[in-house]
Amino acid sequence: MFIRHETIEKNAVLMLVLTAITIAIGGIIEIVPLFTIETTVEHVKGVRPYAPLELMGRNIYVREGCYLCHSQQIRALKDEVERYGHYSLAAESMYDHPFQWGSKRIGPDLARVGGKYSNDWHYAHLINPQALVPESLMPKYAFLAQTPLNYDIIEEHLRKNRGVGVPYTDEQIANARKDLEAQADPAADNEALLKRYPKAVTVAGNGRAPTELDALVAYLQVLGTMVDFADTSTEQLQQ
Amino acid sequence: MPTKIEKDSISGQDTTGHEWDGLKELNTPLPKWWLYTLYATCVWAVVWCVLYPSVPGISGYFPGVLGASTRVQVTNDVKALAAQRAVTMDKLTATPIAEVRQDPQLMAVATTAGRIAFANNCQPCHGPSGEGRPGYPALAGDAWIWGGKLADLQQTITYGIRSGHPDARVSQMPRFGADGILKPEEIAQVADYVMTLYGKGTAGADMAKGRAIYGENCAACHGDNGEGKRDVGAPALKGAVHLYGDSRETVRAQIANPRQGVMPNWNQRLDEATIKSLALYVHSLGGGE
Repeated sequence: MFIRHETIEKNAVLMLVLTAITIAIGGIIEIVPLFTIETTVEHVKGVRPYAPLELMGRNIYVREGCYLCHSQQIRALKDEVERYGHYSLAAESMYDHPFQWGSKRIGPDLARVGGKYSNDWHYAHLINPQALVPESLMPKYAFLAQTPLNYDIIEEHLRKNRGVGVPYTDEQIANARKDLEAQADPAADNEALLKRYPKAVTVAGNGRAPTELDALVAYLQVLGTMVDFADTSTEQLQQ
Repeated sequence: MPTKIEKDSISGQDTTGHEWDGLKELNTPLPKWWLYTLYATCVWAVVWCVLYPSVPGISGYFPGVLGASTRVQVTNDVKALAAQRAVTMDKLTATPIAEVRQDPQLMAVATTAGRIAFANNCQPCHGPSGEGRPGYPALAGDAWIWGGKLADLQQTITYGIRSGHPDARVSQMPRFGADGILKPEEIAQVADYVMTLYGKGTAGADMAKGRAIYGENCAACHGDNGEGKRDVGAPALKGAVHLYGDSRETVRAQIANPRQGVMPNWNQRLDEATIKSLALYVHSLGGGE
């Protein structure tokens, strides 16, 4: 042996270097293929970057720790597919930074909650969950309805997301403020918004400034609705 | 480094040959059963890697000789389940909803399937036994807005209410206050009159103005005596059941800027047999017509 065991053990720097090399080999073998293997993220139509209001709602979702009780990951198991709908795809969270898969279901999975209930229901339920579901353990989020949404940096927010790979166009960034306000106002003309962000759900809003609750409801209403599964086949979704 | 392996005089075992300041260590071998279990798991790991998807490559991976895939598996599981249910569910799809009840066995399946689908999809708004919530109509009562016959229920569940689906049920009460159709004092007067329809009116108040405003603006949809009109989804105003409440404030708010409740079109999530099951189940809650 050209490097004896004793030599490594008695030489801290050499041991550190060799340890780093060993771990790097493991890392490269486990992590790099995820980026290079063609099927890691399925090729499906319909997944788009979050509309500005949805993106802000997603921030509220993360800030309030919704992921601690709600998963967003329908596993490929019969019982889950029966209850929640089509199993989740990697493609459906490819624009999530970070993803919100979660690992706990104190509340139900939310991966396909979009469109399942009306906007009104989400507002009433977030303000006082027990008014609609008496046995619910969920805390009340009434304060979100009183908190104006701070979206001063929305353009920058989209730009930073583009920096990590979300394909926001210059047009989307330039219109971020307008799109955000249009989605929070039922009276607004949302044609341009829907063109840039198909299936975006306009939320109730109070006709004044968008609240954090408006943003959160917009986010919840788009969850799991982007992919049209009638267009896909099992072979295509094969990873 | 092992320097001197020697036999321990007391236990008769070899030492490891290491020595630390005069202390030596016995070289006690691992139990055989433990060691062979370890070797067996190593062998099993190799077998597993051959059978199942394992070794990653640059643009693909080794899929394993069994070609196993959880996604194919779950698709097959769901298909098998559907095939197992197909006999009754196909029958349910083919049978006109009004005739399902004549087949007790089919009816039993439908109400069970309906109860399960109700708990998953409907309970959050309408309550676990269809008792309703403020703003979400009771299904166990007989105050139907769009009708409580089986066919009515099936249509409402399929297409929803103001759901955005082209066949959705849509009613559009004008915003009498927000759009300036009525003045605030007129809204107050007509609200007082509406309250007399269900016996909560202010005794002795002058109702003539309120009744006149009601006749001009409300009666066309809600009926001369507040009996409601189901073709246009105008709820009955007389009677004890009120979707959003019966206080003076609620009635005034509803006239000034009506809330427009939304029910999703469930054909986006549920198949026809399940929707029929739901309609039959809801019908059986106590309010079916």
